[in-house]
Formats: sequence, structure tokens, C-alpha cells
Amino acid sequence: MVDLLEVKDLKTQFHTREGVVHAVNGISYTLGEGETLGIVGESGCGKSVSVLSLMRLIPEPPGKIAGGQAMFQGNDLLKMSQDEIRRVRGAQIAMIFQDPMTSLNPVLTIGRQLTEALEVHLGMNSQQSRERAVELLNMVGIPQAEDRLSDYPHQFSGGMRQRVMIAMALSCNPQVLIADEPTTALDVTIQAQIVELVKRLRDELGMAIIWITHDLGIVAGLAKRVIVMYAGFIIEEAPVKELYGDPRHPYTLGLLGSLPRVDETAHRRLISIEGLPPDLLGLPQGCPFAPRCVYAMDRCWKENPPLESVGPGHYKACWVDTRQGRAQ
Amino acid sequence: MTNDNILLKVQDLKKHFPITQGIVFMREVGSVKAVDGVSFDVKRGETLGLVGESGCGKSTTGRTILQLHRATAGHVYFTGADNQTVDLTAIQGEPLRKMRRKMQMIFQDPYASLNPRMTVGDIIGEPLIIHNVARGKEVNERVQELLKIVGLNPLFTNRYPHEFSGGQRQRIGVARALALQPEFIVCDEPISALDVSIQAQVVNLLEDLQEQFNLTYLFIAHDLSMVRHISSRVAVMYLGAIVELSSRDELYNNPLHPYSQALLSAVPVPDPVVEEKRQRIILQGDVPSPINPPSGCRFHTRCPIAQSICSETRPEWRDMGGGHWVACHLVQ
Repeated sequence: MVDLLEVKDLKTQFHTREGVVHAVNGISYTLGEGETLGIVGESGCGKSVSVLSLMRLIPEPPGKIAGGQAMFQGNDLLKMSQDEIRRVRGAQIAMIFQDPMTSLNPVLTIGRQLTEALEVHLGMNSQQSRERAVELLNMVGIPQAEDRLSDYPHQFSGGMRQRVMIAMALSCNPQVLIADEPTTALDVTIQAQIVELVKRLRDELGMAIIWITHDLGIVAGLAKRVIVMYAGFIIEEAPVKELYGDPRHPYTLGLLGSLPRVDETAHRRLISIEGLPPDLLGLPQGCPFAPRCVYAMDRCWKENPPLESVGPGHYKACWVDTRQGRAQ
Repeated sequence: MTNDNILLKVQDLKKHFPITQGIVFMREVGSVKAVDGVSFDVKRGETLGLVGESGCGKSTTGRTILQLHRATAGHVYFTGADNQTVDLTAIQGEPLRKMRRKMQMIFQDPYASLNPRMTVGDIIGEPLIIHNVARGKEVNERVQELLKIVGLNPLFTNRYPHEFSGGQRQRIGVARALALQPEFIVCDEPISALDVSIQAQVVNLLEDLQEQFNLTYLFIAHDLSMVRHISSRVAVMYLGAIVELSSRDELYNNPLHPYSQALLSAVPVPDPVVEEKRQRIILQGDVPSPINPPSGCRFHTRCPIAQSICSETRPEWRDMGGGHWVACHLVQ
């Protein structure tokens, strides 16, 4: 697979009055053409900030991309001028956001919001862009697309708004679609509709997807490869079946154990991960997960483990061999 | 009401919220039928899960049972440990206030349900003072005991809610609900605002407390996996009505109502091998408005197997055997 996007040692910080918040602490990954990559983690683990940094959507200040590279088609996204990134954003890399209620402009019609990108990026005239907008709404399954162009966002339900967001994101045929928790605000039956829609469009259009979520269930059926983040670090990365079948990092093990399953037959006690995620204002010196880890040993408190290979395409950042329950 | 096993009997409960127009002479122009004819029993010591999508009336049902909303119609019979059966919808004032000791609530949002200007001690101690259960030093002793029960440091009594994380705040909410030693607790989405790793902590706590104090829960949630985990019986709600109710394993292994089937198939399973093989039933469209719900069976507008009878008459609430209740014309 050809690498479409290569992120190297990305670091993002926020300079606040209380101090420096280390939101993303040197993460590296690649995204192949047409590949679906899942990024999972709990709130505050840096998953959203990491992709917002790529798109240069971090408010600066207080935010600051403190280092790293993001190579896309031979260019570094992090070094581009505002004009250059604007041409990439929306056209080649598009994004859908978590909250469909607030990410559409309430005072512009759906039609205007859809045609704007087409006119700016593809230089269409109003006739062409209107036709394309109708085509896009049909593609994402909005009935009576022609009439609905003149409707405002409040006239759509949550699921329909997310469809409009997807139509907007796909309007310029991007090579990469970044989906930041796009179904978190939706009900489970609507979530299933949206996931099915994205899968269908992915197969038809062949774009690569980065799907960010806290829900390990969604990623299981959608992604090919999964990255697990904790406190701004990647702590495990593996092909999807490998990650669920043979998780190696204690945090991943804990997360999977804490999930009840709709197909579970016998009652078992959920594994709970005691304690709380660390404060990103002052990261501990050692492994960020050590204070909550059942396997933690002396070394974990002193040195932060690097991401190391434990199998084909499978990486983890941990000093302990969780299969043995002791140090490697 | 002779069955001493039944703690709560809900009969044809309705809650309609009026929609008014005008300012001085407010005319009623319609109503939101949030809960529209719901009947079920809750047995002593069990956990009844109430699931449904947002806006289906599950929270309103919980609140109407506790008389936080007064019912538009219907009855809620509560049989306490003293074997006295009281219709909660028929009483008010002092008698109702006395009943409130026996039934408490844990709220969804741990950030909004604790008063930011009160210390943890005041929050947990308030019900004790209001109900004259303890006074003076006893209050503080009891608060510390409750904090210990829910797994918090008993020395936290003088702290304020903002000093705690979401999971810890939810524990404070649990301690407050336990303060009066209730028999029945409505848990209104107690974990949906929490992170995954914290959810398990709170659910384990709720299970331990149930065992320790012989509590009965009405567990309201939209997360079907968690409901399967914690409940003994499950009721599925759609647009103000219960469409199916049965024991947990029966409902999850053999859902009869087409809505329950679609809802269960829509839940993702955290296992790529299972996900590969699963067939999803994708429902079309959105939930209709409860102001003007569809005629007949309320689900017929989205039902994949609907027939003409479904839009004409409202299906009966039938027992299919073994306590598996369903409201659908087409289930044989």
C-alpha cells in the first residue's frame, strides 16, 4: 500500500495560564491509500487535537504545534502557509465533526453551505455547483434533495445534519476523510445508518478514512488498523483483528475488559481501570499509565517506554509483557 | 396487589406536556405525548432496564414514577417493605414527602446535578436533615459512612463538587441517593456522561450496593450492552410506549418486536470477527414527533414488515408466554 499521509513525531501543546498542556506528545503513524484507520481513546487523550493539528485548525495561540512532520503528497502540512493549507483543507483532506448541531452555519441554507466549497475549490459556477449539490445530497440519502437545498440546518434532524456534513466533506472528492466522533451525538439506530453510509461511500469513492472515536465497538467493524491513544501518546497500534484478539498493552486490555457486550451470555464482573487519566499539565516522568496499571513495576515509574514492535504491524509502548505478567 | 414480590406497579401511565400559544391567555394548542400508556411491574430486588433512543420518554417515565412530574393519567402503586401499598399519583404534600424517603434518583449529568455552592457534606447530609433522620454530629458521621460506602475518602466532606472528577461526582450522587436508605432507585443514565474506563467503576459500584442493601433499580439507558450487563429484565420503549418487555436473556437472544430487533442489530460489538459476520437491520428515517405520533402502531412508519393493520389499530400488549410481553400485530 502506498502511504498517503505520514505523520512523524507530532507534538502539540497549549500554553495556558496554569502552564503548558501537553496534548499530543510525539506521535507517528501512516495512512495508506484507501485505508481506514481508527484512533481510539478516552476524552482528553489527544485524539482530536492530533488530527486538528494536521488540518492546522488548532487556535494559535494558545495552541502550538511544537514539532513534527506531516507529509502529504510530498509536502509538509505543518509547514504550509495559510494559503497553501487552505487549498488542501476541504479539497484533498476533508473533515466531519462530532456535533452536527453546531458545525453547520445556522443562518445559511444547506444549499449555500454545500455550493461554497465547490465554487471555491473547484471553480464551478452557480449552475454547476447547484447540480453537484443535488447529486451529493442524493448520494448521502437525503430525499427530495432539490427542495431541501433551500432549507436551513434547523429544519433537519441530527442524523440528516450529519448526512449533510458528510455530503459537504465529500463534495470535492477528497483523498482523506477525517471523521472526528461523527456518531457520538446520535442515537444507535441513526449511528448504524451513518456507519453504513460511510462504508458504502468508502467502497464507491475509495478514499482513506481516519475515524476517531471512544467507542471500541464502532472501530471493530469499520477500521483495518487501530491506534490506541493515552495521555497524548500512542500506546498500542495493530491490525484490527490483532488488537481485539491479542491486545498487549495493559490499558487496551483494561478498556476491552471494561466493555459489556450486547452478545455476552454469562454475567461477569466488569474490569474497571482504577484511578483517573493523568493531568496533561504536568506529565509524570515515566509511563503515563503507570499510576493506574496493575502490572506497573519500578522501571515504569522512571522511564517512558517507546513504541516497539511485538509482531507484524503490531506495536506497543510498555515495559511489561502482559502475557507473562512480568517484565520482558 | 397481593403479590408481595412486586415493589412497583405502573398502570397505564401517561404524561403529556401541554404546548401553549399566546402570552396572557395561554391557549393549549396541543401536547407532547412523552409517555402515553405505559404499564409494567418492578419486582423487589431486581434491576429493570428501560432502553430506548433519545426522546422516547424513558426519562419522563422515571421522573413521573417518582412524582417529579405529576402524571396526566394512570397509577403508580408502590409497596414498601412495610407491605403498605400506596398509589403515588393520588397523594401529595406531606404523605408524598414521606414516601420520597423510599425512592431516590441518580441523575445523568454529574456536573449539573450537584449544587456547586454546597460542600459534599451538605449535599449528602441535606436529605438526612430534611427527613429528620439525623441531626447535629450524627449527620456528619452518617455522611462519612456513606462516602466510605461509595468508595470515596470520608475526609472529603468539606470539599466542593468542582474538586472532583466525573466518576467521583457520580459517586457523590450515589451517596446522596443512598442517604435515606431507600428501597427503590431510579438510575437515569447514570453512566452515559462518563468515560469508558470510569463507566465500569460506577456500574460495579451499583451492583455491589444492590447486593449489600437489597436495592431495586429502574436502570434507564440508551446503551444496550450496559443494560444487558446490569438488568434482570428489560423493557424497550419507542415513542412513549413500551413495545417489548421480557427477561434479559430472552430479549437479547430472541427479540420479537421488529424495533427491538433493529435496535439490537444496530449496536456495534467490540470484536472484529463478530462484526464481519453480522447482518444489520438498518431502519429508515427518524423517530416521528411525539406531538403528533403515527396512528395505530407507532413504529409502523419505520417498520420493515409493516402491514395495513399496523397503521389502523394500536397493537395489544400481549404475553407471549414466560413473561415475554410484546406489542405487535405480526408476532405470532
